[in-house]
Amino acid sequence: MFNFFGKKRSAESAKERLQLVLVHDRTDLTPAQLEALKDELLKAISRYIDIDPEAVQIGLERDGRSQRLVADIPLRNVSRHRAG
Amino acid sequence: MTAQVITVTSGKGGVGKTTAVANLATALALDGRKVVCIDGDIGLRNLDVVMGLENRIVYDIVDVIEGRCKLKQAMIRDKHYPDMYLIPAAQTRDKNAVSPSDMIRICNDLRPDTDFVIIDSPAGIERGFRNAIAAADRVLVVTNPEVSAVRDADRVVGILEAEEKGNPSLILNRLNPILVKNNDMLSAEDVLDLLGIHLIGVVPEDESVIIGSNRGAPVVTDPKSRAGQAFRNIAKRIQGNNVPFMDLDQQSGLWGAIQKLTGRK
Repeated sequence: MFNFFGKKRSAESAKERLQLVLVHDRTDLTPAQLEALKDELLKAISRYIDIDPEAVQIGLERDGRSQRLVADIPLRNVSRHRAG
Repeated sequence: MTAQVITVTSGKGGVGKTTAVANLATALALDGRKVVCIDGDIGLRNLDVVMGLENRIVYDIVDVIEGRCKLKQAMIRDKHYPDMYLIPAAQTRDKNAVSPSDMIRICNDLRPDTDFVIIDSPAGIERGFRNAIAAADRVLVVTNPEVSAVRDADRVVGILEAEEKGNPSLILNRLNPILVKNNDMLSAEDVLDLLGIHLIGVVPEDESVIIGSNRGAPVVTDPKSRAGQAFRNIAKRIQGNNVPFMDLDQQSGLWGAIQKLTGRK
């Protein structure tokens, strides 16, 4: 998939770029809006539960012609015995 | 007979809609079907030259809609085939001269004694496109394996879904098998994966397509053309026949033969 100069073949770039563009076209959501959505989502979740913001992954994924918002939000380990 | 109305559209211009319409119509006519083509691109008439009928136009679709002639009078018969007709677009009018209900009425008038009505949609997603899809029983989306064409095709598919126009089928036009093999062109699999719709045909890039339009004789009439074969196959699939997809990787000449022998593909 890589040529002599270590550059990615163009078909692969085309596909990757299109995957991103189509997800945003289909959802009518700009990358900036998606970022804002993530921030608000994390703020809301943090009010209830301790999460590690660095490890959070939220993004749009395609499944055939439908889109889904997929979030992977690891929780911080809480020691249940801290009080005792 | 009750015609199936098929609209060919694309979003982006220049991907080969008009060529596809002329070729599919001709292939269907060669299979003995009665076909009426409608040029839906008001103001930018083109299907007539590609079909070689430009000198025979008297009336156009706007004349029919505004009552200056009967529908039959605007149907130009292509004398090379037993039963193929073109209803040309108006060249001097704007696209607002036609409405979606006009298109539905014309198609309904054609349905009883026609096998296929094929509508050539203009590029874009505005009035002319809305007119072209209004009467469609089935929509074929044409695209090229290029980022801009695929993106626009996806927009069109989204609109068709929203309008509940059924599941469109994809014609992937102008695929260059050598570029695909070198990973410098999106493959049919890539485009299908991106768009997520049903594939009805892949047409290889073929210079005989240009030679055909130069002469006003669609490439399906050239038995040696690979693109012509691809369009003939799509016409068979439209008629409900199960035709296997062509092996586009197949190389001709000595180098192809050597590659085959050595198993390098």
